[in-house]
Formats: sequence, structure tokens, C-alpha cells
Amino acid sequence: MGQITLDKVTKKFGDVQVIPPLDLTIEEGEFVVFVGPSGCGKSTLLRLIAGLEDVSSGQIRIDGKDATAIPPSKRGLAMVFQSYALYPHMSVRKNIAFPLRMAGLSKEEQDKKVMAAASVLNLTDYLERKPGQLSGGQRQRVAIGRSIVREPAAFLFDEPLSNLDAALRVNMRLEISELHNSLKTTMIYVTHDQVEAMTMADKIVVLRAGNIEQVGGPLELYQRPRNTFVAGFIGSPKMNLIEGTEAAKHNAKTIGIRPEHIGISPTEGTWKGRIGVSEHLGSDTFFHVHDTGLADTITVRAGGEVNLRHGNTIYLTPEADKMHRFGADGLRID
Amino acid sequence: MARSVTPRRKAMFTIFAWAIGLIIFFPILWTILTSFKTEADAIAYPPKFLFFNWTLENYVVVQERSNYMHYLWNSVVIAGGSTILGIIVAVPAAWSMAFVPSARTKDILMWMLSTKMLPAVGVLYPMYLIFIKLGWLDTKIGLVVVLMLINLPIIIWMLYTYFKEIPGEILEAARMDGASLKEEILYVLTPMAIPGIASTILLNVILAWNESFWTLNLTAANAGPLTAFIASYSSPEGLFYAKLSAASTMAIAPILIMGWFSQKQLVRGLTFGAVK
Repeated sequence: MGQITLDKVTKKFGDVQVIPPLDLTIEEGEFVVFVGPSGCGKSTLLRLIAGLEDVSSGQIRIDGKDATAIPPSKRGLAMVFQSYALYPHMSVRKNIAFPLRMAGLSKEEQDKKVMAAASVLNLTDYLERKPGQLSGGQRQRVAIGRSIVREPAAFLFDEPLSNLDAALRVNMRLEISELHNSLKTTMIYVTHDQVEAMTMADKIVVLRAGNIEQVGGPLELYQRPRNTFVAGFIGSPKMNLIEGTEAAKHNAKTIGIRPEHIGISPTEGTWKGRIGVSEHLGSDTFFHVHDTGLADTITVRAGGEVNLRHGNTIYLTPEADKMHRFGADGLRID
Repeated sequence: MARSVTPRRKAMFTIFAWAIGLIIFFPILWTILTSFKTEADAIAYPPKFLFFNWTLENYVVVQERSNYMHYLWNSVVIAGGSTILGIIVAVPAAWSMAFVPSARTKDILMWMLSTKMLPAVGVLYPMYLIFIKLGWLDTKIGLVVVLMLINLPIIIWMLYTYFKEIPGEILEAARMDGASLKEEILYVLTPMAIPGIASTILLNVILAWNESFWTLNLTAANAGPLTAFIASYSSPEGLFYAKLSAASTMAIAPILIMGWFSQKQLVRGLTFGAVK
């Protein structure tokens, strides 16, 4: 259970086409992440799958059955919202039990499933509290609890971690990944954070203006970005994209080289520049290098302890086999 | 920086606030006091404030002359009935405007409010004729319908404002959790909107209770509410201030008491959405 197919799905708001014809298959049990800058249509796409928005044309199939006209309540999908969307007038217990109550389960069955979900999510001590009395992380767990009790065909997550602080976000990221490993249910996860995408996904769908730019595993996207957009979007810090004569030397419109694939030296190298800002993260140091004649800024990664600082001259040597080449149409050249 | 409030400033503000409050309340206070005076004391000059012969005679006379309970019952039926009917019509209307708005929703809301700007007397003739045709003159059902219609814009506006404050995602969550439209409205929207619905009901009971244009023009002895009861004491042959005051006091007492007990709810309802 849990295969979702989009077949030439489009969505228009008035005259504005947000999603041009789009095909996508999400396999059973996969953890798929929709990622892209804000306004790229990723949330709209998720809402189309959920049934909260109607498609303008095309077909959505869930486990082979046409679900295009089925209302959200009957699609058998569960959703976790960015704002958690808990029912403020109900206790945690009633929040989690709500989908079961709607499904008409008996009180005993409801209790049994709520207790099981609460113990998985460490919520047993909070069952009688109202959502207003919980912290952000606890609310998020309740929202997840509410979605797992009904054993849906797939989970839909709409930027579920963006309201949490950084430390909690890392924890919840792990918890959601563990949940996926234990439940093995299809999960579709929307985020604008490419780190979340890289760390959690089996398959990443990169979107721009409603178009799918590339679909693939995290490493595939990292190693072989299909175009300059994906190249610039996946990876942190961003890939350096260089145009002009240097690119022409490699028979390309644009060449790309990641900060971690550039060697540095204070004395010799292919390119020469001056260090601007340096960011020390402890394990790594990132130098923003100017005056190279290649691009405004070239970002390079160095080890944690380097004896170079602001204003110093630096020599850069790209690793030739890690260089990406893109044509005039922005597409990758192999 | 926090504003510093000296005790003197605070005292001045307090006195000022009380003064304004007393000015606003004075007509009601004077009416109540006059109702306990004799007719002679009521028109005495200079006016007597507290030192007069306190008497309950006016209340006895008013009660003998007209059947207070009859008017009170009419007021309760008309104010309560028009409010309940209004809520039944307005909840679905406000729901659809708040959660599935169309391009014209804002215009419709403005148009509805604009009907409140029309002077009521402008439609008195057509309404009167319609009432004759329907046989609704001097009936409670007629007044229930009319008062419901004239207060409907306010009911819808208030509920709309309340519903707008409820995050749409919560209703979407209910849909995802398998709730039908009925279950969504019953188990999620209504419990969350109960404070709003309650203050809307309170305000509209007060408005309908005090409405005097239609109630005076479309009723006679049979369906007249307390407004008609008061009006019957302002006679052209001579003014009986004390009796008129006694009748007025009896007419406003129920709604005044209700308003007093629910003031917290009312203020919350009227300022809701204005301050986060």
C-alpha cells in the first residue's frame, strides 16, 4: 500500500498556472522529499496529492486507483502541517484519537491505539494536556501521533520542522527518519531546506516554478546535477558556478566546482585570489575568495585549522574529475 | 521605555473615567429614580435627586393598567426568535465566506453592510404592504422575520470575523483525519467558535430587544413587545413622567441585568480580532 502516481497533473489559480503538466511516480515505502525555493509549487503539489486542492487537469492515482475526485477524508492519507494544526479545544489524547473516532472505532480500540502511539512518541505523560500547554517539539509529536494511529497509505509532511529551533530540528529529523525505518510507509516530505532533503530522502524531487528539475537519490543529485539550477541548489555551501573564458576552456557555457573539491595553497595553484570573509565552523573553514577573475566570489572549504586569514593571497586548484560542465541551455554535458 | 504613571495622574484618570461613566449612565439612573417618585416630585423644579418621597405606586398603577408579562413574553419571543433564526442562517454563510471565499466575497460583505445604512423609514411603506398581504401585521412571526433580516448583516459580519481567526489548517487537518463536512463543522469549528457565537447571540438579543422602529410601526396590542409597552405611556394628553419611567425601568431591567452578567463576554466579542 502506498504507491502514488501523478499523471499529467496541472494546477491553475485563476489564469496563473502554478503546476504545468507533471508526471511523477512515488513507489511504495519510499521517503520522497519535494525541495525547491519558496513559491516553486512544492506545497501546492502536496496539497493536490492530499486532495485539499483540486487538480485543474490530469489524474492522481493511489495504489493504482483513480483518486482525483476522492475527497481528502477518503484518500487514506495522513498529513502533518507546518503549524501542527492541533485541535486546541481537545486534550492530547482526544487529538490523537480524533481520526479513529471519525473512522468509527470503539472506545477500547481507540484507547489501545492512542496508548501505543503515545509510547512510541514519548507522549504518555502528556495525554491529558491541551496543545497550548505543550512545547513546540511536543506539539509536533502529537501531530505525528495523530497521523500514525490511522495507519495511512502514505504520510504527507508540509515543512513540519520549520517552526522548531535548530537543535530540536536535528532531533526531529532523526525521529522522523527512524519512524520511516520502522513503519516502512510511504512518506512525502516538503521542505525548502536542502539539508533536510539530503539527510532524509530516498528520493529527492527538485522543483522550480512547478517544473520538476530533477528526480534522484541524494548522492545522484549531488554527483550528477542535471542542470545549473540543481547544481546550485543541492549542496552546502553552494557549488561555484563559473562562466566566461574559464568555462570556454572546458568547452562549456558554465562550469561548476563544489567548495569541497578545490585544493588550496598559499603559494601555488591554478587560480589566484584574495580571501574575504572566512567562516570557521571548527571542523571546517570556508573561505570566500575574491578577485579571482572567475566570479564575484569563489567559496572553498579548508580543514579546521588553517593559517590563512582575511586579506591573504590564496591559490586554488580544482579537482579536474569533480568538475561539472553545463551547456548554453543550462543542461549538464557529459 | 515604559511610560511612567504617577499616582496623581492615575487618580486623575480614574476620576475622569468615572465622570464619563456617570454621564453615560445618568439617563438610566434618572429614569430609575423618577420611577420611584410621585408625579409631582417627578416634575418638581429644582429637580429632586435622592430626597423625595420614595413610592412604589407607579409600578402598581402600571401593572394594573397594562399586562407587563404579555409584553415581556412578546419581547422574549421576538428577540430570542430573531437571534436564533439569524444564527441558523448566518453560520453556514459566514463559514463559506471565511473558508471558501470567492472573488466577490468582500463585495458581498460590503453590500450586506450597506443595507444597514438605509434609513428604515424609506422601506416602511413597501414593508407595511407586504405585511398586509402576508397577514403578518401585529404578529410575532412577522417581527421575528423582520428583526432577523435587519440584524443579519451584523450577525454574519461578527461570525465571519470570528471564523477568520480560526486557522484554515485546523479544518484541513480535520478533513485529512477523515471528518465529513458535517463532522468538521460540528466537532472542530463550532467548539472553537463558541465564544464568538455566544457574544454574537448576546449582542443581537440586545439589539432586537431595543429595536423600536419596526416593533412600533408593525404591531398593535397583540404582538407588541416592551418598546410598545413604553410607548403607550407617552401620551399626547399629558405626560406622566413617573409612570413612563416605571414602565421604562421594567422594560430595560431584564436586558440590563443580562448585559451586566455577560459584559465580559460582550466586550471580548466586540473587540475580538482588533487586538491579537
